[in-house]
Amino acid sequence: MGFSTLIAPSDETALSRAIAEAHAAGAPLAIRGNGTKDGLGRPVQAASVLTTRGLVGITLHSPSELVLAARAGTPVAEIEAALSAKGQHLIAEPPDLSALTGPGEGPQTIGGIVSCNLSGPRRIALGAMRDHVLGVRAVNGAGDVIRSGGRVLKNVTGLDLAKLLVGSRGTLAVLSEITLKVLPRPERTATVMLRGLDPARGIAALSAGLGSPYGVTGAAHLPPEAAAQAGFGERAATVLRLEDFADFIPRRAAALAAALAEFGPADILDEATSLALWRTVRDAVPLRVGEGEAVWRVSVRPSRGARLAAKVAEDVPARFMFDWGGGLVWVVGPATELAHRVVTEAVCAEHGTFWLVRAPPALRAAVPGLPEEPPALAALTRRVKEAFDPKGILNPGRIFAGV
Amino acid sequence: MIALPSPDRSVLARRHTVIADLQRLIGPAAVIVEPVRLKAYETDAFTAYKRLPLAVCLPNSTDQVSALLRYCSRHGIRVVPRAAGTSLSGGALPLEDAVVIGVSRLNRILEVSVEDRLIRVEAGVTNLAVTRAVEGEGFFYAPDPSSQIACMIAGNIAMNAGGAHCLKYGVTANNLLGVTLVAPDGEVVKLGGGHLDTPGYDWLGLICGSEGQLGIITEATLRILRAGEGARAMLVGFRATDVAAAAVADIIGSGIIPVALEFMDKPCIRACEDFAHAGYPLDAEALLIIEVEGDKSEQDALLARLETICRRHDPLTVRIARTAEESAAIWKGRKGAFGAVGRISPDYLCMDGTIPPAQLPEAMRRIEALSREYGLMVANVFHAGDGNLHPLILFDANDQESFARAEALGADILRLCIELGGCLTGEHGVGIEKRDLMPAQFSAADLAQQARVKRAFDPAWLLNPHKVFPPEFAKAA
Repeated sequence: MGFSTLIAPSDETALSRAIAEAHAAGAPLAIRGNGTKDGLGRPVQAASVLTTRGLVGITLHSPSELVLAARAGTPVAEIEAALSAKGQHLIAEPPDLSALTGPGEGPQTIGGIVSCNLSGPRRIALGAMRDHVLGVRAVNGAGDVIRSGGRVLKNVTGLDLAKLLVGSRGTLAVLSEITLKVLPRPERTATVMLRGLDPARGIAALSAGLGSPYGVTGAAHLPPEAAAQAGFGERAATVLRLEDFADFIPRRAAALAAALAEFGPADILDEATSLALWRTVRDAVPLRVGEGEAVWRVSVRPSRGARLAAKVAEDVPARFMFDWGGGLVWVVGPATELAHRVVTEAVCAEHGTFWLVRAPPALRAAVPGLPEEPPALAALTRRVKEAFDPKGILNPGRIFAGV
Repeated sequence: MIALPSPDRSVLARRHTVIADLQRLIGPAAVIVEPVRLKAYETDAFTAYKRLPLAVCLPNSTDQVSALLRYCSRHGIRVVPRAAGTSLSGGALPLEDAVVIGVSRLNRILEVSVEDRLIRVEAGVTNLAVTRAVEGEGFFYAPDPSSQIACMIAGNIAMNAGGAHCLKYGVTANNLLGVTLVAPDGEVVKLGGGHLDTPGYDWLGLICGSEGQLGIITEATLRILRAGEGARAMLVGFRATDVAAAAVADIIGSGIIPVALEFMDKPCIRACEDFAHAGYPLDAEALLIIEVEGDKSEQDALLARLETICRRHDPLTVRIARTAEESAAIWKGRKGAFGAVGRISPDYLCMDGTIPPAQLPEAMRRIEALSREYGLMVANVFHAGDGNLHPLILFDANDQESFARAEALGADILRLCIELGGCLTGEHGVGIEKRDLMPAQFSAADLAQQARVKRAFDPAWLLNPHKVFPPEFAKAA
């Protein structure tokens, strides 16, 4: 990236000192863990890079209290392994987007996932990463250590700065430690699969499944090319996941398939096939992104997902995959300003939002990576940024130009 | 008593002009000024504190709220937002020099979409009315605070309301998709919408639980959930509170997340039984009410597993409901718990600290010791799975000394929650009640950062002042 200096503090005190020095000097810092998400946002102009990769280790795991805390630079995989050893997991099923973004310099960290608020298919049923962050420790742009939230499951004490920091991509404060709610890992996973539906019909089936009482925890529609990439042959696949105790699953899967009978006959996928399928959907692998292609992660009302995709496809060559019951639309298209405009307009028409998650640096610098805020909100964004980072040294311009 | 400021005389001197202006903005019928009618707004459910406001405005649109806030901010007049006034922490307590802006006339349901699993409502709709609007389709709105018949969505969002079922379904913040917020300067901002995650700053997360410090909510889009196939409860009585607490840890550790896991101690069991005759075991020191969901066979399987776990703790009573009616009977006492305690003592303070569940036995022992030390009875009824305690401190409101002791005991209980790794409030909010205890939980740097965020929204510090922030942090820009 051509940074002249790399600052890699090994504890929170050193992190605080490094930021206080940069604050005093008015010297901007690019904030990262292992750099796996460098491509998820506007390029940052800074002479120094500050990495949290030296802040590692799980500091608390109390399975019976459903809580785990780890320093920000701890690899997500290490946390998943520790949870798995006690029969638990991360509820929001955070993705590994390296199929879109490239590998980075090391494994993705919990700080990165939380700073980007990235969630997988289970988001539709059990909430996003931000819903499970119980508390954070962080260092603001003046070098002050701040805490918000805690380690208990219910907490409404004071302003919820933890939520504000989650998803703020290092522009307000640098996370040093994160406390998460975790849950028991389900004993069994199965998938009900419908074939050959178009996106509108597929999403209607997902909606019917999510509106059933059977506890669907994943609801995705893979158009033919994505289904083929996932190993299911070139026919659209509409998939609904069930997770629970092993003895509950056969009846639920049969009941769900029966409830969806109007959409055609259903296959029921076994555990191994299901786990592989949902992992590949989680990680957006079936998009099979190639050179010169950009990816937009679009969030809309599920009932508008198919129309949005159709509108985009009218104007640019594009491929799609639908998750979250149709509310998350992955759009793959040419990495051009024209395609970006088409996506932006379609999203705007459907009252949704988007995030440009893959594009060459030149395009990322040239276009907004998410919808531009109306003036009143943009003013709040600037004032809140200033409230945390008065000199604008933390990841300047990462989310919005000039912020 | 918590110190409230003396009113700004320059504002009181302008009272007549201000009232005339407010009447011009939203019509005379929507502005309450007569002392006898203002009396209805002098307090909320934290009744120990009372103040008559300068005026109460009941706007009927977002535009009117915007006009009122624009006026008040231009003229330096303080504003106290109000929904149903059910706050247990004094969140809606008026001030003599402040205008109360109530959202109760914003009470229309705007849209129900089962397809998108959401409902869009004006913010003065009650919590229960939201569930009522969607239950015909088999859906429900998950947060279910005890006050759900009366409390309104604006207040639920301001306090990030929870309820008995949030262990499984989350609190308000987890079920909120979008809001229309009127900022203190009158600017109308739409946050979120009908979709899930929005990249950029998590404004919804910040607004939720902000206790009327950052703006007034006039409209909300809420997630609705499909109800399970059925639910059934069981009741287990234990010989000691720490045995019941150990059973709670075993249940959560077993991989079963019940939809509700409620705890009551002996004083509370007795009060509920006298009141509701629900057949609660009077010999038990503590009881758990556990509810599971699923179809009949799943309920049977889960209840059998829970019974096995509870039997390891040598229970005095195990009662498993076989029917919906038997479940309702088990819940009957719990649902009337606050009313039941109210029969023993007309006045009580309801605490709301949260602790890590593993600290339950220690917390129970020490609350009992504090209760003896202060000579005041404490009854405990709370959400055990998430460690959100609700000690009810019984006192006599006609006796100032007894009230002072109750406040001091409450503060000691909350300090205990923090010492055990918890927090001051799990779902009731800080309000006026816990304002001065904030430094026990937060460092000066933490509070200064929160205050800077407040000033980013409300530079003149006019919105719901004298709450949440200890006075030394509550300073205008």
